[in-house]
Amino acid sequence: MTQLALVIDLNVCVGCHACVTSCKEWNTSGSAGFMTDENPYGKDPTGTFFNRVQTYEIGEFPNTETLHFPKSCLHCEDPPCVPVCPTGASYKRESDGIVLVDYDKCIGCRYCSWACPYGVREIDETQKVMKKCTLCVDRIYDQSLPESERKPACVLACPTSARLFGDVHDSESDVSAVIREEGGYQLMPEWGTKPANHYLPRRKTRMRIHEDELQRADNPLNKEQRGPRGPIDAPTLDDSTSW
Amino acid sequence: MHPAFSVIFLTTLIGVGQGVFLALFTGQSYSALELLPIQDSMRFYGNGAIIALVFLIGGLVASFFHLGRPERAWRAATQWRTSWLSREVIALPILMFFVFVYGAMQRFGWDQTLFTNTAGVTLQLSLVVATLGMLATFALFICTGMIYACLKFLQEWYTPLTVINYTLLGTASGFVLVTAFASYSAPELMRFYGIWSTIIIVGAFFTRAASLFRNNRIKAKSTLQTALGVRHNKIQQKSMGFMGGSVNTRDFFHHASLMFMKRMKWIFLVLVFPVPIILLWLGMSNNSTSILLAAFIVQYLGLIAERWFFFAQANHPQNLYYQTI
Repeated sequence: MTQLALVIDLNVCVGCHACVTSCKEWNTSGSAGFMTDENPYGKDPTGTFFNRVQTYEIGEFPNTETLHFPKSCLHCEDPPCVPVCPTGASYKRESDGIVLVDYDKCIGCRYCSWACPYGVREIDETQKVMKKCTLCVDRIYDQSLPESERKPACVLACPTSARLFGDVHDSESDVSAVIREEGGYQLMPEWGTKPANHYLPRRKTRMRIHEDELQRADNPLNKEQRGPRGPIDAPTLDDSTSW
Repeated sequence: MHPAFSVIFLTTLIGVGQGVFLALFTGQSYSALELLPIQDSMRFYGNGAIIALVFLIGGLVASFFHLGRPERAWRAATQWRTSWLSREVIALPILMFFVFVYGAMQRFGWDQTLFTNTAGVTLQLSLVVATLGMLATFALFICTGMIYACLKFLQEWYTPLTVINYTLLGTASGFVLVTAFASYSAPELMRFYGIWSTIIIVGAFFTRAASLFRNNRIKAKSTLQTALGVRHNKIQQKSMGFMGGSVNTRDFFHHASLMFMKRMKWIFLVLVFPVPIILLWLGMSNNSTSILLAAFIVQYLGLIAERWFFFAQANHPQNLYYQTI
């Protein structure tokens, strides 16, 4: 079985919102219809987005760290939004695990958005149907695009490659490998929704220096009594000799 | 959650309609067993069924205001295997059909005696229809309640008390309305309905109070830590990613002050339970239809506040992601 998904590396994300704007641009130009913007330049602007980047501060000053957190539909393997839909407009594709909304069947009752704990479904106030991330389903299978571009718009836009795209059920895939090796995790695991999208945690690269590493304890010259004599900060030959 | 008035009116209006029909069914089954005087079918059961139908239709109309695309509403009947909302969409017309048939049988005298036993107890065809309607009524109460009670991460709703409260509160409001109706068209049944109304209101008070008690002590399963997957006790949102509003900021929070929430709670606790009981007994002792009708109206207003509070109290975990602009 295939389960396409995104893996988002929080260690790399710089919070530039390029994925947000490219997502909006691709999806508002698609055949499924535009994504509403109301009063984009006026008072109280509002609109439909599939993807957001949020920012959090972890810790207390001065020991703080900034977390940029992109959030879009997680394409759950057990999506709570699908069974509650009264019309069958909300469905999960058998072939690749993408959760989609059939805009021609949706009655705009908002029940699926209540049933999503992550808040990633947004009703389009003009078309009056529920919309959500499609994982760029109109792009990833498009044979007219070069193969390197058959990826979601957000993945292509990311300047730091914080977004990876692939089949998380294929254990040989890149995304499975990073989930396995870099500590990939799911959001709100307590609800058993099994999100397909994974996040890679922030990872610190620290140098661990042990004291005995500062001075070479097993210097073989010491064994032969020909080791450096005197204190370690004594001037060396280089310091005292004028060449 | 943001309390949508279409849903508030839908649930309260069909609750009244269902309650009225249950009251008619109760009255007719008592009189079939000769525990109550038999009523003129046209004036009491026939008109009573019309009242029930009017409220059910009112609820149905209100529900359409909740839909973005009401012209496709018929599609909502297709996913009854998995969706409680779909089941409700099926149960409501079935109930309306039975209420309509029952009302027509009573009003136009199409009723028939199916059999009479040696003790003289008769079984009317209308009572059979009413029994089917009674089953449909309970099915509808279960569907309506389960729409909310099946969402496990809305912890305030995820309890059998949700279904029980919908059932008892709807039934109570219907019985109070039928008490007022009986004082006008069948005075000898007034006390019967008044006493039943009181019993149901008291029962509903205990179950609603139980759910308030439970919800005050809920420990949220989702936290900012599980929402982000970051293990740190101090996490603060600095930006939700946009400065304008969105569905996420509008649909999932009531935007009312804590004071307003508290006030709504006390308003509904007073208007739904003690005031209608006092007015019921005042109305019954004075034999006054208008006081009994006032009991219904006061309770209905209270139920609107109750439903508002029911929605507003539910705390959706998605709000964790939308704490600051």
